[in-house]
Amino acid sequence: METLSLLADGFSVALTPQNLFLAIMGCFLGTLMGALPGLGPANGVAILIPIAFSLGLGPTPSLILLVSVYYGAMYGGRISSILLNIPGDEPAMMTCLDGYPMAQQGKAGEALSLSGVASFVGAFVATCGLVVLAPQLVKIALLFGPAEYFVLFTVAFATLGGISSTNQAKSAFAAALGLGIAMIGSDSQTGSQRFTFDHIHLYDGIDFLIAIVGLFALSEVFIFLEHHRGGAAGSSAATKVGRIMPDFGMIKRCIPSMARGTGLGFFSGVLPGAGASLGSFLAYSLEKQTVDRDGKTFGTGDPRGVAAPEAGNNAASGGALVPMLALGVPGSGTTAVLLAVLLQLNITPGPLLFTKNPDIVWGLIAALFIANFILLAMNIPLVGIFTRVLMVPTRILMPIVAMISFVGIYSITGSSFDVMLMVGFGLAGWVLRKLDVSLVPVILGILLGNQMEVNLRRAMTISDGDWLTLVGSPLAIILWIIAITGFVLPMMLGRRMKNKMEAARNEEEFVGD
Amino acid sequence: MSDRIFGGFGLLLAVFYIWAASTIKDSFMVDVVGPRAFPYIVGTILGLCSLYFIIRPDDEPDWPHMREFAEIFFAAAVMFAYCVALPEFGFLISTVFATAYLTWRLGTLPLWSLLTGVLTSAGIYIVFHLILGLHLAEGPLGF
Repeated sequence: METLSLLADGFSVALTPQNLFLAIMGCFLGTLMGALPGLGPANGVAILIPIAFSLGLGPTPSLILLVSVYYGAMYGGRISSILLNIPGDEPAMMTCLDGYPMAQQGKAGEALSLSGVASFVGAFVATCGLVVLAPQLVKIALLFGPAEYFVLFTVAFATLGGISSTNQAKSAFAAALGLGIAMIGSDSQTGSQRFTFDHIHLYDGIDFLIAIVGLFALSEVFIFLEHHRGGAAGSSAATKVGRIMPDFGMIKRCIPSMARGTGLGFFSGVLPGAGASLGSFLAYSLEKQTVDRDGKTFGTGDPRGVAAPEAGNNAASGGALVPMLALGVPGSGTTAVLLAVLLQLNITPGPLLFTKNPDIVWGLIAALFIANFILLAMNIPLVGIFTRVLMVPTRILMPIVAMISFVGIYSITGSSFDVMLMVGFGLAGWVLRKLDVSLVPVILGILLGNQMEVNLRRAMTISDGDWLTLVGSPLAIILWIIAITGFVLPMMLGRRMKNKMEAARNEEEFVGD
Repeated sequence: MSDRIFGGFGLLLAVFYIWAASTIKDSFMVDVVGPRAFPYIVGTILGLCSLYFIIRPDDEPDWPHMREFAEIFFAAAVMFAYCVALPEFGFLISTVFATAYLTWRLGTLPLWSLLTGVLTSAGIYIVFHLILGLHLAEGPLGF
């Protein structure tokens, strides 16, 4: 009951005209960004953070804007999967398998509206799950001391590579790189200058926004330059949608698929190291095994093969918010970017957020519900607008992305040194991506590095320098076991999982890149 | 081979990082662990991972040809030049040329690139500066 009244308060925060307007804008921009190949949810939110911040919006309105972008991008990812067989973002990969064949049979409109409904179901149920689960997790998190927090951060890094990671050393290297960058600047505990080499620009450390925008958005621009991919993603023929209104009979038949996809997706969202890509993959595979054991209809345009992964991917993106809000530990790239939003607004997520700033948490959750309805409304009748975006050639689009990144960083820092630093991060991001080093642990390291160190040092101060305090409580030992399992398991299973995911993708000819 | 070179760089970075950590001066405030312990741990992880890359490298990634390398190099150079030009010439003028270069390299015809540059620059200026009131770089002419 208490939760419901808090949620009602949240709605009163989110339903002010300004916040409602921001939610609509966010949903629109998010769907746009999700639909465009090369601009996923993480990039989209990353570019908009500095802009939302320099607009001087308060914490709740900025959050509402940016989480609407996040949900919108998750919805939008499916559009180019279905129409062009090119996933708009990674989690939308599985939607290609049955969505594109449907489009080729002239049922693009049905596929789009069905997947819109499936996205809605997945995201809506997951947001309800967030309401129920997050306060419970907060109760556990309140038992955490500094030592447990330190181990919890270790869990986040150890599991971030995910079950499909093939080289855990690269994930660990990326995490250490991020943590190392976070150490630059004056030490929060004693004030000593660290790694600044008497360079005045480095005294305050490196702003994580510079790193995020550089590593995510600019490195993408470099990838496009490298491949000379300047053309439009879609032609006008390919983006013809046809009948848009959903076929209710078809939707009814897909309800069980959506339910299964949602459940699986939500759990992979909540678990550390899984995330939306795995959520949609599991949802699709399970669905195939349940309803199409002989492999007759899946892959040839079965609507259930569209509904399940879309529900799974959107449910996972809601589920991923549970550990991010309740523990302050994100489990995926996009939630890491949302953590950056909170940190930029001087809000430290975690159990204290729920007790100290209930208006922010519940306003945010209410905004998610509202965003869902807006997105459903936007995505079914208006899907034609978004498909037209696919006709904008990337040779015009990517420079705009680059320039908006520059504008954002310049407007918050006002220094051309910082903007150069961003270009440097963009180049480094390109090299790391070439070497198959994931960028998410780097970002997470930069974001969490200082907190991780502070917790370690607090734990040490409490125990008077006894390192055994890190394994001093049952909770800490359990967390260590999770961390070690999460790190070691992919070494055995990683290659198999990755091959499976790739095999599923290549079953039919994949005309993406 | 790429992974071995990468590992070599990583190892150098780790050694440098640990050395730089050892030069951190104590301040008048002290705690039990001090400001050097955590950087040492981080440096050690960097070093161990780099050793692993050297011993067990992954398959060779798809490196682009020299031409694409040059492409990336010049694009980065233009972006750096853009950063230098921002405070000198202001947002509008610098952005026209930076955008024109990038869109040209992505395949727009030269003259159209200049037009795209002008439109992008003006568009961003109108939306972000005039409508949203963001602070953009000002040149000698005030824009």
